[in-house]
Amino acid sequence: MTITEKILASHAKRARVVPGEIVHASIDLVSAHEVTTPPAIAMLEQLGIRDVFDPQRIVVTPDHFVPNKDIPSAELAKRLRNWARETGIKNYYELGRHGICHALLPEQGHVLPGMIVVGADSHSCTSGALGAFATGIGSTDLAAVLATGELWFKVPASFKVRFEGKLPGGVFSKDLALELIRRIGVDGASYQALEFTGSTLSELSVDARLTITNMAVEAGAKSGIMAVDAKTADYIRARTAQPFETLFSDADAGYIREEVIDVSQLEPLVALPPLPSQGRPARELSEVTIDQAYIGSCTNGRLEDLRIAANVLKGRKIASGVRALVVPATSTVWKQAMDEKLFDIFYNAGCVISTSTCGACLGAFMGVLAENEVCISSTNRNFAGRMGHPKSHIYLASPATVAASALTGRISDPRDFLQ
Amino acid sequence: MKKTCAAMVGTARVLAQHHINTDNIIPARYLTHAEKQALTPYLMETLDPSFLNRVQPGDFLVAGRNFGCGSSREHAIWALQGAGIAAVIAESFARIFFRNALNNGFPAIECPRITDRVREGDRLEIDLRRGQIHNLSRQEHFDFQPFSEFTLRLLEAGGLLAYVLARR
Repeated sequence: MTITEKILASHAKRARVVPGEIVHASIDLVSAHEVTTPPAIAMLEQLGIRDVFDPQRIVVTPDHFVPNKDIPSAELAKRLRNWARETGIKNYYELGRHGICHALLPEQGHVLPGMIVVGADSHSCTSGALGAFATGIGSTDLAAVLATGELWFKVPASFKVRFEGKLPGGVFSKDLALELIRRIGVDGASYQALEFTGSTLSELSVDARLTITNMAVEAGAKSGIMAVDAKTADYIRARTAQPFETLFSDADAGYIREEVIDVSQLEPLVALPPLPSQGRPARELSEVTIDQAYIGSCTNGRLEDLRIAANVLKGRKIASGVRALVVPATSTVWKQAMDEKLFDIFYNAGCVISTSTCGACLGAFMGVLAENEVCISSTNRNFAGRMGHPKSHIYLASPATVAASALTGRISDPRDFLQ
Repeated sequence: MKKTCAAMVGTARVLAQHHINTDNIIPARYLTHAEKQALTPYLMETLDPSFLNRVQPGDFLVAGRNFGCGSSREHAIWALQGAGIAAVIAESFARIFFRNALNNGFPAIECPRITDRVREGDRLEIDLRRGQIHNLSRQEHFDFQPFSEFTLRLLEAGGLLAYVLARR
């Protein structure tokens, strides 16, 4: 069996599962935010269910529209907060300790290898970098999980992705994700579990790995998973004393497909609007001028991402006419970046630094685009209108490429700015 | 909420594109509300502003591959339902959308090459139990993988919540 099949089998109290079969599995960890949870709360109220299956297994943070962007979003956040209090959920992260849920869950030590993690948000697959089966669900499924602690799954076939070789300078884990999606397409792994392996992976930090699993859903995947190694174990032990089980795919595990990516041949990539699969080398896009550069999100708003961006921006100035936004993914990342004096670098370059929020990534607030504006962004989706006006344009890239482009005002190869 | 799965007849509203995402269906800036009537006015706003005006209650939305990709927002289903769309027939679906659809008693039908086989305004008859679409305007039949018994019960109940309520 693959790691994914082993996790689903153990949570369904089965010796073995095969792709395609339906299992009812127990859920170890649920994440809840203010957009998709209130509808689930309303459903539970309709059913007369006031309690959740296990308050210890639920992590709540407002992240999409916080700090509250308007009265309706304030009402959503209030509903989430009151519900967490009434149901006895202790892991509630209030503004000031909040973060984008997909960055917060691993960072705060809630995710352990071998868990099943669900969240009513498509990027819930992010937690798979720690060896968990993690997937996104809707509000009705969330209501079902909150009430019962269980959910049905169709066991996904596993698709193995091997990243092999040494990363060239200027190429980061975001580029690996964009290259994979460029090759297989935005539905290339539909209904499947992407299992990431290969020699390159062991060289990547956990921060960098989370970027890759985060983007699994952009290839249509149900989940993205990585086996635990020493780096994962260190990362988790630094955050929690909880014991965990380490699972590996068997030598004879079945895969529906295998894709090998020789990373030594890659260069910095940029995905053209309106699909993450439209990757092209950054150096070929220098005719594209930009209005906004965005560094942040559940994809690339962790400390390592901010360090990489700061390394490009240090001692330099953002091009005239460009707005550069830095949005640390969590309050902890914000504090660490401040302590490391990264904010000085960002401020001196001309960036604005915001509190953690999903805000601009989904066109809600804090960086919305006007008609015909162009944004280069370290986020995960470049769909038409995603960040604002239906006729605005989003180019996806690594934090290094975003930072380099902010400096020149046009899409730029970060290798020109990295030592 | 109850509806019959034996035969649904309606008019095709075709969006012959692949990868229609949930940001297209309902942009995130409207997600501060979850009620159908609050969402529906913005349905497909970024993709085709005339779409809503073409839709009549009971119509079927016909689309290409990977329909409903992107965000997990169930609001996408609610916006479609609010417009009276009775089913989506697509060449394939993104998995979270598909799951959300069934959970809301909303038929999401996977039918290969459907955008080649159906034109805007065609009258269609869908038999969910037998897995057949009859294009009444062109006298053509095509098959799709029929739904399981459980899925049919979910659809007939009007979704997971209604199904659970009915069994209490």
